[in-house]
Amino acid sequence: MMSIIGSWSPLGLGKNVFYSKSDLYSMHWADLVDLSKVNIAAASYGGPIAIRRDDSKITKIQGSTKKVIFIFSAAGQKISQFVWNSGCVIEFSWSSTEDLLCVQDDGQVLVYDIFGTFKRVFSMGQEAKDTGIIECRFFTTSLGTGLAVLTKSYRIFVVNSVENPTIRRLAEIPGLNAPPSSWTVFNLERQTRAIVAKNADIFLLNQGGQCQDQYPAFTQAGQFITEMAVSVNNKHLALFTSSGTLWIGSSDMQTCDCEFDTKCLQRPQQLMWCGTEAVVAYWDKLLLVIGSHKEFIHYAYHEPVYLVPEVDGIRILGQTLHELLQKVPESVMDVYRIGSMAVGAILMEAAREFENGSYKADEYIRMIKDSLEEAVKQCIEAAGNIYDNTATKENQKALLRAASFGKCFAVDMNADLFVNACQLIRVLNAIRDTPVGIPLTHTQLQSLTLRVLIDRLILRRHYPLAIRICEYLKIPDCEGASRILAHWACYKVQQVNIPEEQLATAITEKLGNTAGVSYAEIANKASDCGRTQLAIRLLDHEPRASEQVPLLMKINRDDVALTKAIESGDTDLVYTVILRLKQTLKTGEFLMSITRIPVAYSLYLQLCRQQNRELLMDMFYQTDNFHEEAHCYIYNSYQQKSIDKRLADLQGAHDSFSKAKNDFMAKQVEDEMRLIRWQCEQERKSEKPYLDLSLQDTMTVLLKAGLNKQAEELRKDFKVPDKRFWWIKIMALADTGNWQELDKFSKSKKSPIGYEPFAEVCLKHQNVSEARNKYIPRISSENKVKFLVKLGLLEDAAEVAFQQKRDEELQYVLAHCSPLKPNLVAKINSLRSQLTAKK
Amino acid sequence: MFPLKPGHLPQTTVQNVVFFCRPRLALMELIAENVLKEEAGAGSKKEFHVFFVPRKTLLCERKLKELGVYGTFATIDDYSLEMYPYDSDLLSMEMEDSFKDCTLYEDYTSLYDCAKALMTVQALYGVIPYIHGKGQHAKHVCDMVLRMRLELGGTEVQIVPQIDSLLLLDRSVDLLTPLATQLTYEGLIDEIFGINHTIVQLPPEKFASSSEAQGGASAFSTELRKIVLNSGEELYAEIRDKNFNAVGQVLSRKAKAISAQFEERHGAKTVGEIKKFVSKLPYIQAAKESLGNHTSIAELVKEVTDSSEFVGCLHTQQEFMNGVDTDKVHPYVEDCISKQDPLTKVLRLLCMQCAANNGFKPKVMEFYKQEIIQTYGFQHAITLNNLEKAGLLRVQGNKTYPALRKGLRLIVEDVSEQNPTDASYVYSGYAPVTVRLAQFLARPGQGWRSVENVMDLIPGPKIEVAQEIPAGLKKKRSSVSSLQSDEEKKLMLVFFLGGVTYAEIAALRFLSHQDDSTTEYIIATTKIINGDSWLNSLMEPMQLVPIAEMQ
Repeated sequence: MMSIIGSWSPLGLGKNVFYSKSDLYSMHWADLVDLSKVNIAAASYGGPIAIRRDDSKITKIQGSTKKVIFIFSAAGQKISQFVWNSGCVIEFSWSSTEDLLCVQDDGQVLVYDIFGTFKRVFSMGQEAKDTGIIECRFFTTSLGTGLAVLTKSYRIFVVNSVENPTIRRLAEIPGLNAPPSSWTVFNLERQTRAIVAKNADIFLLNQGGQCQDQYPAFTQAGQFITEMAVSVNNKHLALFTSSGTLWIGSSDMQTCDCEFDTKCLQRPQQLMWCGTEAVVAYWDKLLLVIGSHKEFIHYAYHEPVYLVPEVDGIRILGQTLHELLQKVPESVMDVYRIGSMAVGAILMEAAREFENGSYKADEYIRMIKDSLEEAVKQCIEAAGNIYDNTATKENQKALLRAASFGKCFAVDMNADLFVNACQLIRVLNAIRDTPVGIPLTHTQLQSLTLRVLIDRLILRRHYPLAIRICEYLKIPDCEGASRILAHWACYKVQQVNIPEEQLATAITEKLGNTAGVSYAEIANKASDCGRTQLAIRLLDHEPRASEQVPLLMKINRDDVALTKAIESGDTDLVYTVILRLKQTLKTGEFLMSITRIPVAYSLYLQLCRQQNRELLMDMFYQTDNFHEEAHCYIYNSYQQKSIDKRLADLQGAHDSFSKAKNDFMAKQVEDEMRLIRWQCEQERKSEKPYLDLSLQDTMTVLLKAGLNKQAEELRKDFKVPDKRFWWIKIMALADTGNWQELDKFSKSKKSPIGYEPFAEVCLKHQNVSEARNKYIPRISSENKVKFLVKLGLLEDAAEVAFQQKRDEELQYVLAHCSPLKPNLVAKINSLRSQLTAKK
Repeated sequence: MFPLKPGHLPQTTVQNVVFFCRPRLALMELIAENVLKEEAGAGSKKEFHVFFVPRKTLLCERKLKELGVYGTFATIDDYSLEMYPYDSDLLSMEMEDSFKDCTLYEDYTSLYDCAKALMTVQALYGVIPYIHGKGQHAKHVCDMVLRMRLELGGTEVQIVPQIDSLLLLDRSVDLLTPLATQLTYEGLIDEIFGINHTIVQLPPEKFASSSEAQGGASAFSTELRKIVLNSGEELYAEIRDKNFNAVGQVLSRKAKAISAQFEERHGAKTVGEIKKFVSKLPYIQAAKESLGNHTSIAELVKEVTDSSEFVGCLHTQQEFMNGVDTDKVHPYVEDCISKQDPLTKVLRLLCMQCAANNGFKPKVMEFYKQEIIQTYGFQHAITLNNLEKAGLLRVQGNKTYPALRKGLRLIVEDVSEQNPTDASYVYSGYAPVTVRLAQFLARPGQGWRSVENVMDLIPGPKIEVAQEIPAGLKKKRSSVSSLQSDEEKKLMLVFFLGGVTYAEIAALRFLSHQDDSTTEYIIATTKIINGDSWLNSLMEPMQLVPIAEMQ
């Protein structure tokens, strides 16, 4: 416990504000790097550190004279190094996605990843290129990392996001003919602004092209501003003047918290905010922490150090040591401060006594009985916030033990808080561990978010750790484990030295059927690396055909693509492949390959059917599908305007049917052709239209016109069944009202269809008498009653029914009787009773 | 809102023109024509947008490019409206060509859309734990659904399943049913007048009396009268699924009830009573109008059902369903052809005979074909070929229908039309195979096992799949109380691929409402069909070009 308080320094007296230094790591780079002779760029959130030789300092160069950029983890372990062979670098820094941005004096910005792999380059514009740039500043925006450059023409150009660089020029500063004495850029409320000091004058430039003079309230006017710093949250500003005064206030310069006399005219090597409540200034081997009420802490160093700002403090990189300087978090202070009567502190005491087996534990618990929950929360919070750098993590453990002890007495307390805290602490400890080397505090993790942390682990290729964290925290597979595995696989396929076979097995074994892994993405990567076979193998595992098929086509595996598209059932996808095949293959080959696959073949036919019927017929011809070809001919024949062409098409149909060995249909086509010829002949003779009539209609027309001989001729020629011919004739005669002829016909010989049809046509033309007199007597007896009823001859019907002695028929007649004819109803009823009496 | 037509767009002053269309190539030509004509005309530039229902296709986009209008559109996107709710238990995808495309051309695009729609259903109501099905296309859809779930890869929404099982039925498993004349009230309205998107259009004469109040002019209007038919109307909900012979009774009972209610006004003495009566008036008025409408419709339907053609046709149909005289040329069908009755009627009977006989002897088949070609014209040879490809006309195969009829109890002799106890009342004594399949499947503890031997007689593979559901999402069934509380019915979605008739829907609703039923059915389909509309979709649309040049 003493060790914790031992590192605390009070800022001001009696104010209960302490700043503490915790050791993060003993740097592994001690033998590799001389901090006094290098330029350093360290990423925030415990990110990687890039180091290059400082050209302005004289160094003994060993070996090659080529400049090398080294990249270390925050623990000082080397991650990578690469030889710099581009232009002159003015400045370098890390972006929020942990890309190393190297700004050259010609305005080119080269982007590398943490493994020193070149990613891309972008320029800061023509003017920057033409005139060259003097200095640059990096800043954080909602879109990521922004960059501002000051050209030799003293203009400032900014991009708000290095991911998507759009260059904007800030307003010009009036009368600036030398480099500004100091400047900085920050982004507040989505507005990028620059503060530029021209000696004693301060200007605020914004994106809108405005330039405003600013007059921060200085007690002593006319001091040159030589250094400035904006806090991480962009709300506070510190200005250092030529007379050694440090002005602390808001970033809009409207309010001033204090002016502090550092008694040092030399401008500090580094000036930055530590959190939001104190400013840190560093001169050679001297570190000053200045609060907003002129209170200060003073630290001395034996070696040069480099400061890295964080949201809740600063990290101090030294030759041998990496430290964290932060304001002691409230919860930690409550628990550990000497003489603290906070409930958390008492709970700690109780837990300690309990472990010692002392009854005092009970006394302490009684003291805080009413605020046990509060006490537990304090301990949990303190455990999260404390940066325990001992190997045994005894402070965290003690705090959590106390929390767990207290929780036993707080009956209703929800355990989630405790469980979540323990899990998070484990994760934090795991990533702080030297081999990983990401020294995040609890506050930093909250601001960074867990998702980004996982991203960063992926970036560092700590795949197993990332997966274990996801599994431990029960993050859903699609955003956790499977995402990580996919990244792993993408990395894996780039390892050209491993045989494809082995890679494919390794990847599929590990990924299996993990939900949400995009094999297509991995395969795409493999194909980008020129490993087509591997890509194909991997694509086999991709469940989404819509991803799989385009990629297969991209690597020219159209045949596989077609199979996969068909498997998916997505016809649009099949068409995509078919049309591509049609484009890339020769006609013959295309037909060959398409006819081999039935599904593709039928879809292609469907397309032809809608777009090009000639092609459709051609396809049938090519595949010897004579049956369908014949039907195409028939279809086409009806689209022809000339009789010759129609007959030619029908001849085609006939031949195809013959080839298909469909004799019946061949015969039908023959008949049709004969009919058409006959109709033509007839049209010429009689000048009446016959074409496009069916055989039956033709005969009807003939019979109506009294051309019995011709009709008879057709009947024989086309072997029209007797029954149907009788029907045609009966209907034709009735339609023309030729009752006499009908009567004659009925008597010509015995009707093959009975005499009901005769009665029926009479009925249709409402010729009741004709029906009653001539045909009813000849109708078969069981239908007689029905027809009489239909004809409205109810009395006759009743009598016939009576004669036939059928009660149900009588009932049928009765049902059709209108109640308006009471006589008839009575009669039928009497007939019915007679019938029943007989029985 | 205007229907898509060739030629000029209607004159409007609007800035934006939005096209909604099915992804069909022929429609692209219409749209292109519309757009080009509009662009050519002087005046303000309009912005064009096109939305494909339910999804855009590469082919259509290519076609638009070919026609040179692709760039003209500001938006080209999907409007994924897959299923249209026609009633509280009925969804239709309105794809009338689904059966045709699948059976004639082996183009399974519509089945892919079905699978997509089922995925939407599952996204909204949870993964359906059990999938059953019968038929080739059902299998295809089932495979795609399972595959699409795999494609989702664990990113699907976690919902407790609300639908307990899915039954996929391919129209090919039961070709007979749609051909038969439906005998429910709604079925008959559809058969006779055609119900389109729940709207029926009727000749106005019968309705004149109801509009008397508005004056004489409207009484003589010749415009067809449009009536919306759905369960929102209380009376219709009651009678729609009844056998038509039972409808008259209900209507007369209702008429009495309404006049009794109306008579109450004489009994109302106090102000309070009068107020109560007046407050009921709108309801009574609505009921009266509804009753008037349906009485008129019933009269119209009765005119048809009383006709000798209808009776004769029905009689023949029932002979076929009973397997009587199906193996030779049937005299009634022969007469129909001779009399040149409508071709669809003839084809319906023919296909029905064929289905009941499991195909014709070659001689019989050729005789029928020749009769049709000679009577109705040679152009119908293509339609006949289509029917053969769809399996509706074929040469005799194994005779399975009698065994099927017996095994699934398709024919029920003495079913009551007034108070039915069996679903076969919808065809007056014939129960569709599809309905029996759904009914047997729902048998608790048995399912299709009890009819296993019959299942093999129905064409196409059988599907029985259990979809894995995370343990946390399984429906909680308290084992103790489930014995007593049977009110928690299982919900089965029956999906008819290739169409469903109103009579089949009625039969399933009947099953849902039985006292001892353990299952409630909801119905989805590619299209609601009847024999005529179904066969019409299979007929080859041919524009006959008249001969202009002689020899």
